[in-house]
Amino acid sequence: MSVIWLSAIILTISLGGFILGRRRALSSAGGSSKKLHSLPVYYGSNAFMKSVVPAFGILIIWMLIQPFYINGQVAPMIPPGEVETDVNTGLLMSEVRRTAEGIDEAVRSGMLDEDFAVDANADFTDMTERLKDAGQIVTTQFSAPVLRAAQAYRQMSGVSRTMMTIVVIAVALAGAAWGIKQSDRDFRARNVVEQGVLAILIAAASVAILTTIGIILSLIFNTIEFFRLYPAADFFTLLEWAPSFSGRGGSSSLGILPLLWGTIYISVIALLVAVPIGLYSAVYLSEYASARVRGIAKPLLEILAGIPTIVYGLFALLTIGPLLMSVFGDDGTGWMGGGRSVMTAGIAMGIMLIPFVSSLSDDIINAVPQSLRDGSYGLGATRSETIRQVVLPAALPGIVGAILLAASRAIGETMIVVLGAGAAARLSLNPFEAMTTVTAKIVSQLTGDSDFASPEALVAFALGITLFVLTLGLNVFALFIVRKYREQYE
Amino acid sequence: MTDASLPAPSERRQHTSLIAPDARTRKRKAAEARFRMYGIAGIATGIFFLIVLLVSIVSSGAGAFQQTFINVPVYLDPAKLDKNGNRDPEEMSKVSTFGYSPLIQNALLSLVNEQSIETPLKKGGDMKALISASAAAQVRDVVLANPDLVGETIDFRILASSRVDGYLKDRVQREDVARDKNIDAEHLDLVDALVPAGVVEKTFNMAFITGADASESRAESAGIGVAMIGSFFMMLVVLVLSLPIGVAASIYLEEFAPKNRITDIIEVNIANLAAVPSIVFGILGLAVFIQFMHLPQSAPLVGGLVLTLMTLPTIIISTRASLKAVPPSIRDAALGVGASKMQAVFHHVLPLAAPGILTGTIIGLAQALGETAPLLLIGMVGFIASNAPDGLASGLLDPNSAMPAQIYEWAKRADPAFYERAWGGIIILLVFLITMNTIAVILRRRFERRW
Repeated sequence: MSVIWLSAIILTISLGGFILGRRRALSSAGGSSKKLHSLPVYYGSNAFMKSVVPAFGILIIWMLIQPFYINGQVAPMIPPGEVETDVNTGLLMSEVRRTAEGIDEAVRSGMLDEDFAVDANADFTDMTERLKDAGQIVTTQFSAPVLRAAQAYRQMSGVSRTMMTIVVIAVALAGAAWGIKQSDRDFRARNVVEQGVLAILIAAASVAILTTIGIILSLIFNTIEFFRLYPAADFFTLLEWAPSFSGRGGSSSLGILPLLWGTIYISVIALLVAVPIGLYSAVYLSEYASARVRGIAKPLLEILAGIPTIVYGLFALLTIGPLLMSVFGDDGTGWMGGGRSVMTAGIAMGIMLIPFVSSLSDDIINAVPQSLRDGSYGLGATRSETIRQVVLPAALPGIVGAILLAASRAIGETMIVVLGAGAAARLSLNPFEAMTTVTAKIVSQLTGDSDFASPEALVAFALGITLFVLTLGLNVFALFIVRKYREQYE
Repeated sequence: MTDASLPAPSERRQHTSLIAPDARTRKRKAAEARFRMYGIAGIATGIFFLIVLLVSIVSSGAGAFQQTFINVPVYLDPAKLDKNGNRDPEEMSKVSTFGYSPLIQNALLSLVNEQSIETPLKKGGDMKALISASAAAQVRDVVLANPDLVGETIDFRILASSRVDGYLKDRVQREDVARDKNIDAEHLDLVDALVPAGVVEKTFNMAFITGADASESRAESAGIGVAMIGSFFMMLVVLVLSLPIGVAASIYLEEFAPKNRITDIIEVNIANLAAVPSIVFGILGLAVFIQFMHLPQSAPLVGGLVLTLMTLPTIIISTRASLKAVPPSIRDAALGVGASKMQAVFHHVLPLAAPGILTGTIIGLAQALGETAPLLLIGMVGFIASNAPDGLASGLLDPNSAMPAQIYEWAKRADPAFYERAWGGIIILLVFLITMNTIAVILRRRFERRW
């Protein structure tokens, strides 16, 4: 039974529980809600919650555990000699899964009857023919043990599905029955329901922690796997990034330094564009501009922050790149080899970061107390002198924090560098050369065809953890500075 | 410092008058004006970039909404399409698009001859460069749907090839044609002659908005419609999951949470998650949802889950702000008439905070709609969805693309005809974003409340 239908059944049972629980509570009080401890709706809700929460909980856990259990049972069915050395078991298991799905599909379309599909002695060539007839893809790794494993897989998941359906519906019914049975005039339904709701609220708040744990675990496990295949010392010290695409590994040089260099170079150029423009805009908006100008200019600048990064990527690739080419390329000074370069991506990213710098700095400059300015004016300073010598130094920690936050965004930015910066990893000082970044390489290593178990794909996780640590460090440092500064006036 | 070391006042004031400013004052005033100018220049540059960006989007993308079509009456030759004369769709489906191409080419050639246009192109095969590769399939579909049409001459409106389309949109220049093996100068002369005759015309291109992506050689028939549906299903997942979870988490943190270690960790966590690069969420999705849970790759469900996790911090932060904006007197009043803490929050505080929550949610959704990088990792590119999904389950689980991923896919292809599509896609994406943001702004204005 499909999950959608099962969910609908659970919901129906729970609704039934709601209605019956409410009715039973009312009748226990002789139809008058005044004699009940709680409002009637709480008795219904109690039955509803007792039915729906455990049922869905079991459903989700079951679906998470089922593949592991079945994989563990089915994997030993394939004799080790059957597997070629370079095909790992993960790949083979996905072949088994695919075959099982193929048989399912064939049965559904009527090309294969159910008895034959489960027949453990079914002829291998006959089955292959039939699967082909049903339009199911049969690959080279398809062999008799795989077919047997697939049949077992199919049977076990079928049984597991049926059991899941029975267990979940039973739990839903039992929960509803328990809730209905509790519905009595003296039962403190409201307190119970509120406790349940509170538990749900806490669970929702924990999703953030779960996400972080998920991020860290998925990064760490795969990174450990990567460092087993590839020496960590090489990863952190090699000056060369040259993955081989044979998929077997061994001949790749995977040094992170050229990527880090590209990342930092592009970020620096982006900040060189964004910081002066953003800072001067913020100073003007908060110190000079009239309310009307501010009301127009600030939202206009903030539009830049709301534009998706893919747009900036395309803008870099198709507008900034050709523009720079016409000045610095073959027609101009000849410094630039192609449209994609550190400059191209850096400028586009700088434009994206302008509102980031300007809005944060604007808030911080506004937070500088007026008394400081008045004191400066009282000494005879002009406005610009006040801003340069009083306001900006007072706001400096906050502004540094804003710039650090912008830098962490620049380091984590993907689409602009994927489209605008090029794919060549190199250590060069020429900003008109194509370079690449950590994020761009994560994309290219994980979107290729290479096998997940190869170091060429797993390296992306090591890159990811580097990126995560780098941006997290910057963010924490920036927040620390901003927070420390804010306390000074309070 | 003693008075003796200062110059005598009369000495210092010697050459100054009250009316004419002295050199130092002038310098300070100039510095003031300069500083002001820097500020104006900063804002002007920012707005200039915005205008350049918008102009290049609109000017480069407008072309995608126009498409060149060729109006040609095609004689559906029974000898070629239905040799046995049974009009049996089963039998006729054996004729592939290769059987239809010559019919269209000959039809176009005879149309050219009828118009008595001088051209060195004398063979039917020479017309191939003018016609899109998808034209034969279009005619074939019509014929298979109505077998009785065979033997008649039917007026078709077929897509012109992307080169012809580009020529009429000034994307393909005559100078470039010499190096292009797909089209010759003679073809362009022919196009020039056919335009006044009304055979070749440029009209609004509905197929771009509703259609599916096409293969790399047929830029002219690529559309963003199916990717739009993919985005829709993703946003559905994001809305259904992130709104309840985000609101529940905010209510707990803002109204019920005790100040202790655990809630502190949760709060720091949420602040950190808001700053994690989006590509890391993509890695999370790949490792957890696809590698670990075996959810289908390229499915909008997985994309929606990843975007939900990304959107949650945004929604939680804005929801907490709007919960905080509800004054304590409301809660006190509710508690005072005997409501429980839970009732005070759910019956009184939450409805008052709802407009703010809604605004934050819409802005969070708009951000999620434009996100690309995580979608690349879970495989929502490189798949050409040929038709729209039917039903909820297929919409959530079948491989699809999303608007930003589709735009990226087009930007990666080398043909400039696809660049035009990419810009066009961006226009559509921005229209959605602007609409969502406008709704958020209107909601905020409409429900703004001063306590």
